[in-house]
Amino acid sequence: MNFRDPALIKRLSKSIASEAKGLPEMKLMEVCGSHTQAVARFGLRKLLPENVKLVSGPGCPVCVTPSSEIAEAVWIAKKGAIVTTYGDLARVPSSLGSLFEAKAGGADVRVVYSIADAGEIARKNPGEKTVHVAIGFETTAQTTAAFLNSSPPKNFLVLNCHKWFLPAMDALLASRDLKIDGYICPGHVSTLVGSNAYRFLSEKYGVPQVVAGFEPLDVMLAVLMLVRQLNKGEAKVENEYIRVVKPEGNAKALGLMGETFGVGNAEWRGLGVINGSGMPFTRRFGHFDARYALKPKVSRGADMPNGCACANVLKGKTEPKDCRLFGRACTPEKPIGPCMVSVEGACHNALRFE
Amino acid sequence: MCLAYPGKVVSISGKEGLIDYGGIRKKARLDLVKVKKGDYVIVHTGFAIEKVDRKNALLTLKMIRETL
Ligand code: SF4
Repeated sequence: MNFRDPALIKRLSKSIASEAKGLPEMKLMEVCGSHTQAVARFGLRKLLPENVKLVSGPGCPVCVTPSSEIAEAVWIAKKGAIVTTYGDLARVPSSLGSLFEAKAGGADVRVVYSIADAGEIARKNPGEKTVHVAIGFETTAQTTAAFLNSSPPKNFLVLNCHKWFLPAMDALLASRDLKIDGYICPGHVSTLVGSNAYRFLSEKYGVPQVVAGFEPLDVMLAVLMLVRQLNKGEAKVENEYIRVVKPEGNAKALGLMGETFGVGNAEWRGLGVINGSGMPFTRRFGHFDARYALKPKVSRGADMPNGCACANVLKGKTEPKDCRLFGRACTPEKPIGPCMVSVEGACHNALRFE
Repeated sequence: MCLAYPGKVVSISGKEGLIDYGGIRKKARLDLVKVKKGDYVIVHTGFAIEKVDRKNALLTLKMIRETL
């Protein structure tokens, strides 16, 4: 089973070209950090014809976490709690500096791979509070839900920065100036919500969507399916990732999500406040809420460094290479904006691979 | 951080499973899925988030070959 078969990739590339022939320019958007990485790493853009543009959207969780939420984490770390976080987030600056800067100043900041590891740290340090900075969309939020539902230690708190993803996809389509002609839907958000969950977007805006996996063949097949739909004037949700994603999603995980999270509004870096995208704890889990328990006080601070075009990169409006700072002042070694900090960021991938 | 990897469940004890990723074995939590030994799963930040259906994987490859 080889989803990287070069011969098949090439054949798909040819099929896309012949299907797209004579059609006006199509702007297709992938909205998942892992798609951004796959597209750049395997050089898939070069295999598409001129009139098929593949752009990155707001699918990088580190990139869309607003500076105010990072400042809250830094505030908590400086007050003396153990703060755990997923990798790249610790490097992103805020009005109070980055988590790594706080660590250099003596705060106890630890990078973890899983919320379960953060819980383990809490268990080993019963005299202290451990606060896990929980960022990410449905994919990661379900692991937070699972962990909180399995009797975590009493000294464990969560700085909840999770976000529902589909409202962001809705908001992008609603701003007509972005002119998105089709979505490649995020494969691992979809394992939870199911491919049927995207239907309302196709109905509301008349755009085709394809749920796709993360191998080169997955992405190329998804592009072909989207171009075919556009060619025929169709706008439906198709599922390319049938080996993992079911139409109705994952019932067990959806049950845990419902127990744990409600629906609110949330701020996204670059996109502003998006209604319905916030994931507040339900009352049952309110006592794990670090915001409620510790009441961090932070000022908003600028979300975008001077000259950084990340806000438009996250909407697929500007390509990384069109930012003045790209590859000059801003590089993966010395990143200026979050899209360059994160390994899932569009700027990071454009510079490293393209 | 959205990265997720496929692996095979080699053993299960309680909420944890031992997952084999082509020779490298690591533990993962199984709270979010219903699986048995021998199943393939996708693992994200230490939790299995869904099963991989081998039949459907072959079906997709077949579909690719046929649509070309
Ligand atoms: S290249 Fe750097 S400064 Fe420019 S948009 Fe990307 S992250 Fe921002």
